[in-house]
Amino acid sequence: MSQKVIDALKAKFGDAIVATENQHGDDVALVKREQLLAIASFLKDDPAMLFDMPVFCTAIDLLQWRPVGDRGAPPPGSRPEYDPGEDHDGLRFEVCYQLRSLTHRHRVRIKCAVREADARVPSLAAMWPGFDWQERETFDLYGIKFDGHHDLRRIYLYDEFIGHPLRKDYPKEKRQPLVRRPDLVGDH
Amino acid sequence: MADLKTLVMGRKDVADLDLETELPPELMTVNMGPSHPAMHGTVRIVLSVDGERIVKGDIQPGYLHRCFEKEAEHATYTQIFPYTDRLNYVSPMINNCGYAMAVEKLLGLTGHIPRRAEFIRVIVSEVSRITDHLTCVGASAMELGAFGPFLFFLKVREWLYTWLEEVSGARLTHSYVRVGGVNKDLPAGWAEKLDRRLTEMEGVMVEVESMLNLNRIFHDRMAGIGVMTRAEAIAWGQSGPIARSAGVDYDVRKDHPYSVYPEFEFDVPLGTSGDCLDRYLIRVEEIKQSTRILRQAMKMIPDGPWIIDDGKVALPPKTEAYNTIEAMIRHFKHIVDGIKVAPGECYTFLEGGNGELGFFIVSDGTGRPYKCYVRSPSFVHLSATSKLIKNHLIADIVPIFGMINMIGGECDK
Amino acid sequence: MLELVTSRLEDAANWGRKFSLFTYPFVTACCGMEFMSVAAPKYDMARFGAEFPRFSPRQADLLMIVGTITEKQGPALRRVFDQMTEPKWVIAFGVCASTGGFYQNYHAMPGADQVIPVDVYIPGCPPRPEQVLDALIMLQDRVQRGDGHSQLRLKHEKVVREAKAAEE
Repeated sequence: MSQKVIDALKAKFGDAIVATENQHGDDVALVKREQLLAIASFLKDDPAMLFDMPVFCTAIDLLQWRPVGDRGAPPPGSRPEYDPGEDHDGLRFEVCYQLRSLTHRHRVRIKCAVREADARVPSLAAMWPGFDWQERETFDLYGIKFDGHHDLRRIYLYDEFIGHPLRKDYPKEKRQPLVRRPDLVGDH
Repeated sequence: MADLKTLVMGRKDVADLDLETELPPELMTVNMGPSHPAMHGTVRIVLSVDGERIVKGDIQPGYLHRCFEKEAEHATYTQIFPYTDRLNYVSPMINNCGYAMAVEKLLGLTGHIPRRAEFIRVIVSEVSRITDHLTCVGASAMELGAFGPFLFFLKVREWLYTWLEEVSGARLTHSYVRVGGVNKDLPAGWAEKLDRRLTEMEGVMVEVESMLNLNRIFHDRMAGIGVMTRAEAIAWGQSGPIARSAGVDYDVRKDHPYSVYPEFEFDVPLGTSGDCLDRYLIRVEEIKQSTRILRQAMKMIPDGPWIIDDGKVALPPKTEAYNTIEAMIRHFKHIVDGIKVAPGECYTFLEGGNGELGFFIVSDGTGRPYKCYVRSPSFVHLSATSKLIKNHLIADIVPIFGMINMIGGECDK
Repeated sequence: MLELVTSRLEDAANWGRKFSLFTYPFVTACCGMEFMSVAAPKYDMARFGAEFPRFSPRQADLLMIVGTITEKQGPALRRVFDQMTEPKWVIAFGVCASTGGFYQNYHAMPGADQVIPVDVYIPGCPPRPEQVLDALIMLQDRVQRGDGHSQLRLKHEKVVREAKAAEE
C-alpha cells in the first residue's frame, strides 16, 4: 500500500533500515536506534512523505515470543523465537511508532529494537506532540526511557508502584496496594 | 485586632489605604480531584491558577487503568469481547466491531464476512454512535446548567438501550459481535421499532436544539472556548469531532472505508473555528447523519447468515453441537483454546464515537493474542486538553472537558 | 421508660434519614451510565427520596461507589469516606465495586470493601436499574433498623462510653 515509502526509506538510509515487511496491508520498517531521529525528520519534512499525524507509540516485549503454527512447529516466514542470549542481552523490546500522512493518505510503522539493559530510544515527542503522553505510557508500562522527552514520568500508575507491569515477567495479579482497611486480615 | 489588620493588609490605620501595591503574584494550586462531577469519571487535574486564570494544568489520568492489555494477553480472542465493551462504554458496539475487524484482518477474513453480518454491524455501530453523542451532549449541557436537555436525551437513550437490549441481550455491555460476524440475528420487528424510535428522536432533537443552539448563555460559555487550530489538531494526533471542528477533514468511514460504509450516502460535518460550540454542533449533526445511515441500512440489509461458515472461526450451530461428536469437540476446543490466529501483527482502525479507534494486535499462533494494544482516541485528546485549558478560567474547564468527551474506560484502558 | 422514648426518637430519625438520602455518586466507570439511567425519568430515583446528588462529602450521607476502584484511586476513596459525617452508608454499585468483577489484575482493587466498609452490594455488570432500586429499598430497610455499619459503630461507641462512665 505504501511500498514507495519503504522504498524511499531504503534508498535514502540504506542499512539503517534493518528489515522491512508488508503484513496485512501495513508497511513496517525496523530501523536502527541511532538513525531514528534522522529517519523521523525525513518522514515528517520530505514533501513526498509528509507524515504529519502521529497515530500511536507502543512497545512489544518479546521475552515469551514462541510462535506456533499447525502441528506445533513455528510457521515459515514468521519472526523467529526469542533468544535471550547469554547475559540476557537479546533484543527484547521493539518500540513501534505508527505515522500517517493526511495529504498523501499513506501510513507507515517504524520499529526500533532495544535490549533490556539499554532500553532507551530517542523521543519523538518534540516532532509530533501527539506522542507525548503515549511515550509516557510506554515508559510507565514497559520501562523504556525516551531520551529528550520533556517530562518522562508515570502516567497510568502511581509513583509508588515498583516495576513495569506490561513486561511479560510481571505477574498479572501482583498487586501493590496503597491503602487497605485496617481490620482486614490476610493477604489482599 | 489592630495587629491582625496590620498583618493582613499591611496598614496601620483605616485611612491608610494602600491601593497601589499589588498582592504577591503567587500561583495557587487547585486540585480538581479524581472524584469530581465534571471529570466524567476519574481524571485529576492539578491546576496552577493566577486568580481564576489557569496558568498550567497537569492532567493526571490513570485512575481507571483496568489493565486491558494485560488481561487480553491472558484471555482467548473471544473472551476479550467483554473487555472491549468496557473501553468506550457509551458506544460499546463500535469497540466490539473494531476488535473483531482486527482479528479478522489477521485471519485474512476481511471481505469474507457475510453481507448481512456487515450490515448488522453497521446498524448497531451507528446506534451506539448516537448513544455516545447523546450522552456527551446531554452531560455537557447539564454541567453548564441546562438540565432539561440532559433529561430529554436520557429519555431517548433509554429507547435506544431498550432496542439494543432486544438485539443483544444487554443494555450497555453487549458483547454482541463475534469474530466472523455477530452472535445472533436481529430479532423480528427490529426495523419498525428502530424506525419509530428514530422518528421520535428527531422530534426530541428539534426541542433540544431550540433550547440550546441560539441560547445566549450556551453561546457565551461555549463559543471561543478551547480553540484548537488546524495545525495543532494534526500535530497532536486529534481525530473525530475534535479534529473536524478545527477543519481537519478526516473521517475513517470516508477516508479509509471499511465494512459496507461505501454503499451509504452520508455527509461528514466540518467545523471552522475549533471551539467548543463547533464540537457541539458537529456532534448534533452527526446524530442526524447516523440516522440517515440507519434509514438506508434498514432498507438495504440483505438476508443471509449472520456469522461466517468457517469451522475454525465460528462456533458450530447448536443443533450440530448437541448431536454430533465432531461438532461438540470443535465447540469445546473453540471455547477452551480459542481461535488460532497465525503469527503476525497488524493495526486496524475505525471511526469510533470519539475519533480513530485502533487495535494493534500481535498474534503468535495460539488462541490468545501476544499483545493487544488499543489506540484510544480519548487518551490522545486528553493530552491536548492540558494545552487547551491554558489561559482560560477555571469555569471554562467544564465545557472544554465536556466536549472532549473523555471516556475514562477508553482513556485509561 | 427513657429507653422507650429514645428508641422511638431513633426510629423517627431513621425514618427521616431513609427517605432523604443525599447521595455522593463516586462515579468511575461504565456503571455511571446506568446510574444516570436510574436518576433519569424512566427509573426515577427521586421517587425514593434519593434525588439530590451532593458532590461534597460533607453534605452527603450515602456514598455510592459506581464502577471499578483501582489501587491509585484507593487513597482518594478513603479520604472521601473519612470526610463524610456520621451516620453514613455505602452502596457498592456494580460487580467491580463489590468484588473486582472480571478484572483480576495488578491495578483493579478486588472490591471497594478493601478500603471502606460497604452496606449493600449490587451485582451486575452493569446492574439493571431495577436492581439498583431494589438495593436502595434494601438499604432503606437497613437504615430503619439501624443496621448500617456506621450506625452500629455509633451504638457500639456509645455503649463503650457509657460503660466507661459507669466504671468511674
